[in-house]
Amino acid sequence: MRKIEAIIKPFKLDEVKEKLNEIGIKGMTVVEVKGYGRQKGHKEIYRGAEYQVDFIPKIKLEIVVAAEMVEKVIETIANAANSGKIGDGKIFVLPVEQAVRVRTGERGTEAI
Amino acid sequence: MRGKTYGLITGLTVLMSCGQAFSADGGGAIDTGTTCWMLTSTALVLLMVPGLAMFYGGLVRTKNVLGTMMHSFVAMALIGVLWTVFGYALTFGKSTLGGFIGWNSDYFFLKGIDDSIVNGVPEYVLAMFQGKFAIITPALISGALAERVYFKGYTLFIALWFFLIYCPLCHWIWASDGWLFNSGAAGVIDLAGGLVIHVSAGVSALVIAILLGKRKGYPKTPMLPSNMVMTMMGAGLLWVGWFGFNAGSTVHSGLDTARALTMTQVSAASGALTWMIIEAIIYKKATSLGFVSGILAGLVVITPAAGVVTPPGALFLGTASSIVCYMALHAKGKLGYDDSLDCFGIHGVGSGLGVLLLSFFIRKSWMTAAASANGGSWNSFDQLMIQLKGMGATILLAVLGTCLIYYIVEKSVGFRINEQKEIEGLDQSLHGEHGYGLVHSDFVK
Repeated sequence: MRKIEAIIKPFKLDEVKEKLNEIGIKGMTVVEVKGYGRQKGHKEIYRGAEYQVDFIPKIKLEIVVAAEMVEKVIETIANAANSGKIGDGKIFVLPVEQAVRVRTGERGTEAI
Repeated sequence: MRGKTYGLITGLTVLMSCGQAFSADGGGAIDTGTTCWMLTSTALVLLMVPGLAMFYGGLVRTKNVLGTMMHSFVAMALIGVLWTVFGYALTFGKSTLGGFIGWNSDYFFLKGIDDSIVNGVPEYVLAMFQGKFAIITPALISGALAERVYFKGYTLFIALWFFLIYCPLCHWIWASDGWLFNSGAAGVIDLAGGLVIHVSAGVSALVIAILLGKRKGYPKTPMLPSNMVMTMMGAGLLWVGWFGFNAGSTVHSGLDTARALTMTQVSAASGALTWMIIEAIIYKKATSLGFVSGILAGLVVITPAAGVVTPPGALFLGTASSIVCYMALHAKGKLGYDDSLDCFGIHGVGSGLGVLLLSFFIRKSWMTAAASANGGSWNSFDQLMIQLKGMGATILLAVLGTCLIYYIVEKSVGFRINEQKEIEGLDQSLHGEHGYGLVHSDFVK
């Protein structure tokens, strides 16, 4: 099993979710996060004073899938979240040791 | 009593002075129309205090939102009590101490007005209406000292400020025997507190912002508003409440009231529109904070003037106020003082502008009446001199008084918060709470 963490632009969430559904991904966790990378921040104006805001809002998706699904999921997210502009985000893949469905006690890929 | 001729500008005080004769025997039938409007106005002005709390609260950082809102709310309690005990007596009592302040033992604890009806309005209503102005004025100053004072220091500050600055000034300008009320042909024109409220609060705000020093990190660290939605709702409540503030200050329910209400609406709208256009030209964006700043600029400028100007004048004042306030906020950035929420830049500058500029937009009938009271002639420049005199007195009292109060508070209970508590935020360190159910309060530890 692998955990895929994808940080994307907030307005891309619906599109990414739809595409993931199409390839059979039926569950995910979403967190509103803030951060910065190459995009740096943006400027906000308050009463004529311009401020540099470093941390910009992003969405982090967390999806756990069977190892053989990983490439397909990565490809789907990368395609759907791509706007061609700086700040489109990143995808990380982590190993997952175990998964348990709380209600039934099922384990492993059965539980995801 | 001279003010009686000119009705509106001197509204309340005229009624007060006429009324004192009535109140002795407690006689007079109740004018239900005026009483009804004054009750409504009293409630509307109180509504401005939570409105101000929301306006200011939304503009500070998440860690200080409750502390900032408490600055407005505590005024309702503290000044609410002080006003009842001695505030009304000190402001609307007979001149004493060479006219520095008033006193009427009948007004002490409001004990002598139980049966009093003043020109058809129960005196309780007038006392409560005036009390609301006394509450909101010190609360305005909290915008300049936001995010960096002890709560106990702040409460002592507003109590002393109310006693040493508000009460004398209100007496000078609004009491029937106040010396500024009786200056020139028809007194200083200050319908609803351009001087008594906004210039006094604005100038004191500037002084206190300089004496307290900047917030830690200002201006390098961006200090972004915690909740612009709340700020916009607060500004909306202020606009609504302002009808009670200005139109209520006519202490009347008729032509004068209609005039004041109309000018208030016209000026607020033109102020907001102007600020929006300025930002659209400079930043290509109309910001919500710019918009509400324009509303306030329009409202404070018309506050002294709503009784004497006509709609073209109100339109001009609103526009001029937004332009001048916008420049004042820019100057703040250059000068480097930290008037955190721009109490001076908007209330002091905008309303000060109104106090002076109104001289050139006074309706003809008012001028004619003033001229005849003066024995033939009275023009805009004569009135401007009177307005300048009022402005000078207000600034002098506010500057000297605020400096004195600052040192008393700092040396006794402490005013400027210590660095660690400032970093943690007022909500956690002074009130033991946090305003938003977000991760922030876990981060500060």
